[in-house]
Amino acid sequence: MGSNLIDALFVFMLAAFIGFEVIRHVSPLLHTPLMSLTNALDAIAVVGAIVLVGEKKSTFATVLGVIAIVAATSNVVGGFLITDRMLRMFKTSRPTNK
Amino acid sequence: MTEFAGSQYLIEIIYLIASALFILSLKWMSSPATARHGILAGEIGMVLAIGGTLLHHGIVDYKWIIIALVLGSGIGIPLGMVQMTAVPQRTALSHAFGALCVTLVGTAEFYLRTPNVPKFMMSVLSMEVILGGLTFTGSLMAAGKLQEILPQRPITYKGQNFVNLLLFLVAMGSAVYLVLHPEAKIFFPIIVGVSLIFGVLLVIPIGGADMPTVISLLNSYAGLSAAAMGFVLDSKLLIIAGALDGSSGLILSIIMSKAMNRSFTNVLFGAFGQVQASAAPGQEAKPVRSATPEEAAAILLAANKVVIVPGYGMAVAQAQHKVRELYDALTKKGVEVRFAIHPVAGRMPGHMNVLLAEADIPYDRLIEMDEINGDFPQTDVALIIGANDVTNPAARTDQSSPIFGMPILDVDKAHTVMVIKRGMSPGFAGIDNPLYYLDRTLMLFGDAKQFVGGIVRELGGGH
Repeated sequence: MGSNLIDALFVFMLAAFIGFEVIRHVSPLLHTPLMSLTNALDAIAVVGAIVLVGEKKSTFATVLGVIAIVAATSNVVGGFLITDRMLRMFKTSRPTNK
Repeated sequence: MTEFAGSQYLIEIIYLIASALFILSLKWMSSPATARHGILAGEIGMVLAIGGTLLHHGIVDYKWIIIALVLGSGIGIPLGMVQMTAVPQRTALSHAFGALCVTLVGTAEFYLRTPNVPKFMMSVLSMEVILGGLTFTGSLMAAGKLQEILPQRPITYKGQNFVNLLLFLVAMGSAVYLVLHPEAKIFFPIIVGVSLIFGVLLVIPIGGADMPTVISLLNSYAGLSAAAMGFVLDSKLLIIAGALDGSSGLILSIIMSKAMNRSFTNVLFGAFGQVQASAAPGQEAKPVRSATPEEAAAILLAANKVVIVPGYGMAVAQAQHKVRELYDALTKKGVEVRFAIHPVAGRMPGHMNVLLAEADIPYDRLIEMDEINGDFPQTDVALIIGANDVTNPAARTDQSSPIFGMPILDVDKAHTVMVIKRGMSPGFAGIDNPLYYLDRTLMLFGDAKQFVGGIVRELGGGH
C-alpha cells in the first residue's frame, strides 16, 4: 500500500504537469471543444463503476454502480459526439468573391 | 490487488496505452487543424479502456453492465446533438453527470470497505465525495441558470459567506474525524449530504456573466474528484485522466479570472465577488445618438475596416447566422471584416468562437482581444452585437467602477462605434456603460437578429 500510494502521487504530479503544458498551448478558439473533450475523457471513471457492478458485492453497490455507469457513459458518448460536431464547424477562410 | 492474474497485466498495459492516447488527444487539441485527430485518439483510448476493464477477473456478471452502458449511450446521443447555443448548459450538465458517477462509486466503495478503511484511503475517499458532491449539485445549479430554469440573477442573502464557510468546515471536520475514527460510519452520509448542499449554495449567488469562470472551476473540480477516485481504486489511468481534466479546468479558470480581473485566490475559494448591482442611478437619461438600419448600412459600406464584437446577446437572439450574412455582404463589397473575441464573452470559455464557427465564419477571422486591441484606432467601424461589460471603457478609467481593471476591448478607439442593443437598460451586472454616450457612438436599438437582418437587406438592396 505504502509504495502504491507514493507511486500514485508521482503519477498524479507528472500527469498534472503534462496537463498544464499541453493545455497551455490550446488555442482560445478551441476552449469550448477542449472542455467538452476533457469532460468525455474524465468519464473514464466509468471503469471504476464497471468493476463495481461486475463484482456484485452488494445490491447497494450494484445499484449505485449502475447509475454511475449510465451517467458516465452518457458523458463519453455525448462528449465525443458534440466535440466532433463543434470541430467540424471550424473552417478556415475560403475565397470569398464568388 | 493481491493476486496479480495474467489478465491483470494485459489490462494494465491497455490502460497504459489509453493514458498515452488521452494525452495525445489533448495535445492535438492545440490547433484546429489537428483537433479532430484528438477526438479519434480519445475515442480509441476510451474504447480500449472500457474493453480492457471488461476483462477484469473480478467481474462475475455482465448483465447490468451491458444494460447500463446501453442506457447511458442512449442518453448520451441526444446530449451530444443539442444546439450550439445550448452548449454551456450541456457542459454544466455533463460536469454534473461526471461528478455523480464519482460520488456514487465513492459512496459504494465506502460501504463495501468500512470499517476497515486505512487512513490514507479514507482521506482520498472523503476528498472524492466532497468534490464530487459539490460539483454535482453546483453544476446542476449552473445548468439550471444557463437553461433559465433558475433565475440568472445572483441569489444572495445575509451571512451567505458565513453559512458557506460553516458548511465547508462541517464537511472537512467530519472527514477528518472519519479518517481518525473509521468506525464512526454515521459521518459518511453527513459528508456527502453537506457537500451536496454546499454545491447548491456555492453556485446560487453567482450571476450569469460569471458563468465562464464557474464552469471552468467546476470542470476542474470534476477532474480532481476523478483523480481522487483513482487514488481510492489504485487506478493510474483514472489518476492521469483526472489530473489532465483538473489541470485543464484550472488553466481555463485562471484565464477566465484574469479576463475578469479577479484574483486567483478569489476563484479558488469560489468567492466569485458578485458585482454589486448598485448601478449608480444618479445619471438620468443622458443623450445618446441612435440610427436606423439604413443609416448603419451606409456607414458600414463607407468603411474599409470593420470589427464586429459579439457577446452573449448575440447568442440569446440566435443572431449568429444573420451576422454571417452581414459578414458575407460586407466582404463582397470589399470591406475587411474581423471579429474581436473577449475571453469571457458569452457563458463559457470559447462560446463565441463556437457560435460563429457554427454560422460558417472562418476561424482565422476571429481575433483574440490582445491581438486586435492595437488595431482599433485604425478601425473605421466597431459594431457591437450583444456585448456590454467587455467593451466598457470605465474599466480603464473609472476607479470606482466595479469592473475597474478588467481588460476590455478598446472599441471606443474606433472611428465610429455602433452598438446593437435592445434598450438603454444597463447590462446584466447593472453597470452603466459610458461608451454609449460618446459622440462617435451610434445606438442601434432593436433585437440583434432583426437589426442585423435589416442591415443585410439594405446592403443587398443598395446595389
